[in-house]
Amino acid sequence: MLFFRRKPALISGEGAPVEARSVWRNARLRLYRNKAAMGSLIVLGLIIVLAILGPSFSPHEYDAVYWDRIQMGPDFANQHWFGTDGNGRDLFVRTLYGARVSMAVGLLATFVSMVIGVVYGATAGFFGGRVDNLMMRFVDVLYTLPFMFFVIMLMVVFGRNIFLIFVALGAVEWLTMARIVRGQTLAIKRREFIEAAHAIGVSNLTIIFRHIIPNVLGPVIVYATLTIPQVILIESFLSFLGLGVQEPLTSWGVLISEGANVMEVAPWMLLFPAAFLATTLFCFNFIGDGLRDALDPKDR
Amino acid sequence: MSAEPILKVRDLRVHFEIPGKGLFGKPSLLKAVDGVDFDLRAGETLGIVGESGCGKSTLGRAVLQLIEPTAGQVVWLGRDIAGLRSAAMRPLRKSLQIIFQDPLASLNPRMTIGEIIAEPLVTHRADLGKEEIRKRVQDMMANVGLLPQMINRYPHEFSGGQCQRIGIARAMILEPKLIVCDEPVSALDVSIQAQIVNLLQDLQRRFGLSLMFISHDLSVVRHISHRIMVLYLGKVMEIADRDSIYARPHHPYTRALISAVPIPDPEKERAKERLIISGDLPSPINPPSGCVFRTRCPFAQERCTQEEPKRRTIADGHELACHFDGPGL
Repeated sequence: MLFFRRKPALISGEGAPVEARSVWRNARLRLYRNKAAMGSLIVLGLIIVLAILGPSFSPHEYDAVYWDRIQMGPDFANQHWFGTDGNGRDLFVRTLYGARVSMAVGLLATFVSMVIGVVYGATAGFFGGRVDNLMMRFVDVLYTLPFMFFVIMLMVVFGRNIFLIFVALGAVEWLTMARIVRGQTLAIKRREFIEAAHAIGVSNLTIIFRHIIPNVLGPVIVYATLTIPQVILIESFLSFLGLGVQEPLTSWGVLISEGANVMEVAPWMLLFPAAFLATTLFCFNFIGDGLRDALDPKDR
Repeated sequence: MSAEPILKVRDLRVHFEIPGKGLFGKPSLLKAVDGVDFDLRAGETLGIVGESGCGKSTLGRAVLQLIEPTAGQVVWLGRDIAGLRSAAMRPLRKSLQIIFQDPLASLNPRMTIGEIIAEPLVTHRADLGKEEIRKRVQDMMANVGLLPQMINRYPHEFSGGQCQRIGIARAMILEPKLIVCDEPVSALDVSIQAQIVNLLQDLQRRFGLSLMFISHDLSVVRHISHRIMVLYLGKVMEIADRDSIYARPHHPYTRALISAVPIPDPEKERAKERLIISGDLPSPINPPSGCVFRTRCPFAQERCTQEEPKRRTIADGHELACHFDGPGL
């Protein structure tokens, strides 16, 4: 005993520390009970596993051209399960390669935007006043830049490159994230536990990282899951316009764009990639909804 | 109790600027604390009472430099700390702590209580190892009546009274010299209130703590305080030893407050004389001229509107800010 010889009567048995049910664990349990979100999680997992392992089950390469099988419907004899495209390439393998690119763009760009947006927004909200004004006006200015113009400029200067798409998407998506985090931070920084941290003498940087960011993560995670499909869509849009990934590499946007041109004569070229894209977007949206419900503090 | 005060507050003022309405509106000044003086000795409890909005909490935070005072001195162990930069203030925070009104809101919901109580140690005692910190946290949990094996739990798993014990453990772990208690029991049940107040008194006796006990509950303040300061609209109305202020309150406001405390005896309660004041607290943006209490004082006279009463000593350690010696007594 450090201070007292007497032990307060409240303490009876000695015991091992009790394992706690943290806020996160409670949220996880609530998420498990959400059927739509759990179903989406499983479907999404299957799509990701398929994107990783699927191409190795097919005898075809994603860039192999079969001159004798141009624009064929699904054909099980030659193991073209989704048919072939206008250049005689296997659509099954190309759809799964497209999944890799689209998912990678979605996850990476979202992660980048999340990191920048959270740190930027928390800093602006925490310091408030003039700092906040300056930082958020800068965000407003960036908001006014037309996105397509920004992307085309990047393409012109640096040439077409898949990493540019990450940069361009990340650079745009963090703005909204910063605004959300700033708003949350403004609400949290007046709470008493932040004042308690000030009274202890914790430095501002530590307060931001130890006290503010963990408490804004709920809405951030929800927004991130809703950003992923948004980013996939923008990438598809860019590819649709011909500003996206470079042939022979492909993405869902590219495949849909090609399929849309020939949808009267070769509907499978549109249907398969479109079905994958739509399913993935649905899954992310349901997961986002589920997370929002699970992390809602009023439900605690 | 030693004679030399560890904390001297002199003419402390906290004014907030309220932005004016519209683009060119004139900003107005809200005087939350307006010229407060008091001393606090080691091991002493100063009770600070007053209505909501009279500047009690602001005063407590201004003493700790959580709100920057506009003017005046806060002399802590012989050194004026008013307006110190936060970096210069940091080493002093070891000996100055605060306990909050809302026990749950003062704990970070994403941290275990072990992490919460350890935070002052982690911040100020980088020399301590993980094991030593854990041991000290568990010892302190035992001291405030929490089961040490609950160290891994989260605040939302505890009741209000337990959360307040966690807050006290966090404030106590660096063995501070002064704790500002900002209405520490007003959010708790009456039975829990008694436990927490007794815990604070217990800790005070053992560690020679000084307490600034802010409350609007006069019975609690009477139980724990050695001296009592009555605030009204950011100004001190009366300050005296507990026994003399309850036995013979001089200021009409103090008398009104004390006579409003219910006595748990119906006979006495019916028989007691009440001084009832009417109206609400005037706006601190636009305080009354002269004596700030005159708008609600039943004994107000012409002089009160023109002249602000000076604080004067009417008996040993009993100071009063009123033109009259206990009007109507």
